[in-house]
Amino acid sequence: MGVPRPAGEFDTSYARDMATIRQPWQWWLLFAFILALYGLPFYASQSTVSLVNRIAITIIAVQGLNLLTGYTGQISLGQAAFMTTGGYISALLVNQAGWPFLAALPLAALGAGVIGLIFGLPSLRVKGFYLAMATLAAQFIIPWFTRNAFPDVLNGAQGLNVQSPVLFGIVFNTPQKYLFLSLTVLVLSTVVAHNVSRSRLGRAFVALRDHDLAAELLGMNLFKYKLQAFFLAAVYAGLAGALAAHNIRHLNSETFNLNDSVVFLGMLVIGGLGSNLGPIFGAIVVELLIEFATLFGPFFITLFPSTAAGAVQALRPLFFGITLMLFLIFEPRGLAHRWQLLKAAWRLRPFSH
Amino acid sequence: MNSDDDHLSVKDVTLSFGGIMALNDVSFGARRGEILAIIGPNGAGKTSLLNCLNNFYHPDQGSIFFEGHDLTRLPPYRIAQLGIARTFQHTALYTGLSTLDNLMAARHIHMRAGMLDSLLYYGRARSEDIAHRQVVEEIIDFLEMEHIRKSIVGALPHGLRKRVDLGRALAMEPSLLLLDEPMTGMNLEEKEDMARFILDIHDRRGITILLIEHDMGLVMDIADRVVVLDFGTRIAEGPPDEIQRNEAVINAYLGKTDIR
Repeated sequence: MGVPRPAGEFDTSYARDMATIRQPWQWWLLFAFILALYGLPFYASQSTVSLVNRIAITIIAVQGLNLLTGYTGQISLGQAAFMTTGGYISALLVNQAGWPFLAALPLAALGAGVIGLIFGLPSLRVKGFYLAMATLAAQFIIPWFTRNAFPDVLNGAQGLNVQSPVLFGIVFNTPQKYLFLSLTVLVLSTVVAHNVSRSRLGRAFVALRDHDLAAELLGMNLFKYKLQAFFLAAVYAGLAGALAAHNIRHLNSETFNLNDSVVFLGMLVIGGLGSNLGPIFGAIVVELLIEFATLFGPFFITLFPSTAAGAVQALRPLFFGITLMLFLIFEPRGLAHRWQLLKAAWRLRPFSH
Repeated sequence: MNSDDDHLSVKDVTLSFGGIMALNDVSFGARRGEILAIIGPNGAGKTSLLNCLNNFYHPDQGSIFFEGHDLTRLPPYRIAQLGIARTFQHTALYTGLSTLDNLMAARHIHMRAGMLDSLLYYGRARSEDIAHRQVVEEIIDFLEMEHIRKSIVGALPHGLRKRVDLGRALAMEPSLLLLDEPMTGMNLEEKEDMARFILDIHDRRGITILLIEHDMGLVMDIADRVVVLDFGTRIAEGPPDEIQRNEAVINAYLGKTDIR
């Protein structure tokens, strides 16, 4: 049914019916929320700002994966490898070639996109489980490449020290300053992801996810759209990788690894596949969970002094694994679906239907 | 039989899967603006034939011409762009999309917005969506689907899904419409609705309709001509009343007593 509209609110044009934000107060609320995020450095601690930075960058990577896996239905285990690609391209352009960050970032995104497109080629022949295996290849080949190829430029397994970005004479070398960069890219990436999902491209993506045969017989060039999905997913990964590399200021083949690729998929499931809110909910919940595991660790040791620090390390995957399992069993459509139900219930109250 | 002014012309099409002959030297033509029914017992090769028209199955031999294009040489999505739309025996809808978006997705072939337009969704992509929404709404009106406009089709009952499937094909504004058993699993009332829609589409838009159907009474009522397949071979072709009296058809459906 979609979420019902409040009583007395009618659409008088298709443009209005299609609008995402329908009321002035919703614009104001959104504006205030974003402003509050940008203002975090003024009222939040440094560790909170760092966490928000990390979450923002993770959301971007997961948004890309959502376009590919959530909307287009092509499973990928290579998202972290494309982050590595983007990170290295941006780092090299800024460090070695002396490019400005503002030019290096889009190029890193495009470069990662092209590499993603190449690793997306197997999708033309294989689906599902086999495609996951094929994308896993990216996760082995790209880190191997950074470790072994051009040792004088890529510096082997040691990796690179990455400079802080400089924009308009300002050096973004603290989490507080960096937040401005990561939030801005996040806002743009969210708008673009939303645009994809409501446009011709997004309908083609979902069509080929839901019934690829029908989509092809009804006039969609599947090859083109699969490759575009892989390209876009890798562009998002490239952006996230470049942002993360300049944030951590160090990059090697293990900075973004297979574990991250799997966790991104988990975030997507927890947040909700094929929904624009999914990556946001999923990344926030999982990152907070990991943060909680870190805080919970010392307490855990005081409870069970005999367990070594290793047990504390095990808490993070344990928390993540249990949450993922519970979601798969009880809410496979993720938090985004819950959110929709909640909104519908709020509109319909006090009635249940 | 084929003639020069056929809208769709199928000539000597043979299709085999391993040792099984799905279609054996099948030829027929569909005239512009007629309702041509293809009937035959289960496994006669009707759906295989439709899949050949979409070039989803590639015939071993023979040719299929539609408005001067050889369909056996085109990829399936190009064939759809030429103006051939179809519905599916087991509905093949985009289950995660609403009725509206299923139909909008079918407008795909008439839209021009590229990837960049879609990313920005400003200007062309947006105005195009609004313009095509108009066409889609007319089809929703026509098929009486207003109440399910924003329902996710995965949750709709079978009869309505079949209607959305028809709507999706119509939204492509085809000149040839392939209907693969549009009335399976429907009750009498739903069947009558569907028959009314098919006749209305035919009257209003004048498009050629190729109909595969099991319900003999219905086929005889709405088809202009009928082609009968049995074990992959065309055994009869003609107007409905002729087909009803055709001995080969009666034998195929009822069986022949070969006692001498």
